[in-house]
Amino acid sequence: MMQVGRTAWKTVEWVLLAAVGLVFLFPFLWMFLTAFKTMPEVYQFPPTWWPESWQFENFRIAWSSGPFVTYVMNSILVAGGILILQFLIAVPAAYAFARYRFPGRNLLFGLSLIALMIPSQVIFLPVYVEMSHWGLVNTLWSLILPFGASAFGIFLLRQSFMQVPDEVIEAARLDSASEWKIMWTIMVPMAKPVLVTFGLFSFIYHWNDYFWPLIMTNSDSVRTLPIGISMLKAAEGGKQWNVIMAGNLILVLPILVVFFIAQRHIISAFVYQSK
Amino acid sequence: MRKAVAAPELAGTSNQVTQKLEGVPAVDRMERLRPYLYVAPAMLFFTLFFFFPIAYVIYLSFFDWSLLNLEEMEWVGLGNFTALMMEEDFLQVLGNTLVYTAVTVGLGIFLSFMLALWLNRKAKVYGIVQAAVFSPHIVSLVSIAMLWMWLMDPQYGLLNAILEMVGLPGYTWLSDTKSAMISLILVSIWKGVGYNTLVFIAGMQSIPKDIYEAAELDHSPWWRTLTRITVPMLSPTIFFLLVINTVSSFQVFDTIYIMTQGGPVNSTNMLVFYIYEQGMDFYNGGAASAASVILLAMVGLLTWLHFRLMEKRVHYR
Repeated sequence: MMQVGRTAWKTVEWVLLAAVGLVFLFPFLWMFLTAFKTMPEVYQFPPTWWPESWQFENFRIAWSSGPFVTYVMNSILVAGGILILQFLIAVPAAYAFARYRFPGRNLLFGLSLIALMIPSQVIFLPVYVEMSHWGLVNTLWSLILPFGASAFGIFLLRQSFMQVPDEVIEAARLDSASEWKIMWTIMVPMAKPVLVTFGLFSFIYHWNDYFWPLIMTNSDSVRTLPIGISMLKAAEGGKQWNVIMAGNLILVLPILVVFFIAQRHIISAFVYQSK
Repeated sequence: MRKAVAAPELAGTSNQVTQKLEGVPAVDRMERLRPYLYVAPAMLFFTLFFFFPIAYVIYLSFFDWSLLNLEEMEWVGLGNFTALMMEEDFLQVLGNTLVYTAVTVGLGIFLSFMLALWLNRKAKVYGIVQAAVFSPHIVSLVSIAMLWMWLMDPQYGLLNAILEMVGLPGYTWLSDTKSAMISLILVSIWKGVGYNTLVFIAGMQSIPKDIYEAAELDHSPWWRTLTRITVPMLSPTIFFLLVINTVSSFQVFDTIYIMTQGGPVNSTNMLVFYIYEQGMDFYNGGAASAASVILLAMVGLLTWLHFRLMEKRVHYR
């Protein structure tokens, strides 16, 4: 009797697990399926599940609706540029906070922590005015510079620099390595897992960002991929959901594929924030 | 000619000696400056793109100005704030923001706590479902907003088709003042619940196992273990998620911009979208910066509270 009850319960649980999984994955599958349908099929009710004939044409239409090569290049330049700048700025700062005692250290570190909590949406207006004073509005600089110093990166790196044993640094000092060299050739390699974690977080976050490019840019030459994709919606004459979904698939699919391959790593990159 | 650098602490003591001899040796001075040089770039960026903008937006909120012509600014004192408080649209925006935040955060945290209790298990299936639930979190909100617009299409959308299949009437979703807000909340919970769930699971795994073993020896019923051990032990996590989720709900923009543009009739207009519209579309810099200051105060208050309570937690340990 007990055995039967347990099997029944297991079955119910499996059905529930599948249901929850579907609620979160099916919309993406629906995006995929819609992207391959013809217009008449998209506007068929009730909807069909599987595309009657697979339309690869939708991707070509989406891709040629704007200068997508430029968008992709800009997205790479912005997300990559931010990442490099954050790395160059966060490493020395984290090293100083982790390894030196100096007057004002706690105050300066406290200021960085405050910066961790206040989102950019709250102060985009003054930053925009600043950028327009410097003549940087509508350039890639206006998308990169405001994110140059990452409080989150400084915080993470400081933690891992603090864990490097003192002996390692002492030994390097006895070998008369300069502080600068110790930082880049000993501390940084030892913090590699944290750097990868942070790199993934930062790149995905800025790759997906829509708000900042929307505010700071107004011409195609400096727009990023999410802006390009969102403009598909504005096309005249009824919403071409198949083309819109094809465009979105271009944005979403690479990230989802990478996610399911490097799942553990990416999840820890995002969840790390809470530690 | 490289010198062997002493440990920073030792360098400090030798400095005190040399200081008495007047003229500090250049090398020591360099050593004392070094940490400041390392921190300087970060501080420069924080100042330019964070602390100065905060001060600047407060300053701007006392003027009547437009992005079209920054030369012409007129001092109005608290005029922008009083004007906002008199404006019905803005009060509705504030109300919308609070309702959206309360429901999204409350429901989101409750659901993810339940999911975490359920999915916090070793077997592989649970890991797969965890990943599935998390997947929307890494996808651009632009795509998520457009995907859900399509799912919520009142005539051809999948959601209404499913409702019809099970014999329920279709729903107006985004095109109705009554349901537009609910639809936005649904999307943001769908997007955010996975992140919260995994943070909860990480928190649950850090609770020492022997506490549960002791409870089991005492034959403590499951709900008592839950309310007396799991929930109290997770209170820092719950608090962290409350703050993080509230701050991010205050910032909601992408879904509004793409899905509703604040409509129908202002029913989904919220603070960041309002600031954007006032500043970038209507060129009303005064109203936009005053609204920014109000938002900033709300976020600042939460941040302050967060640090205060975090500090307490550290002391009690």
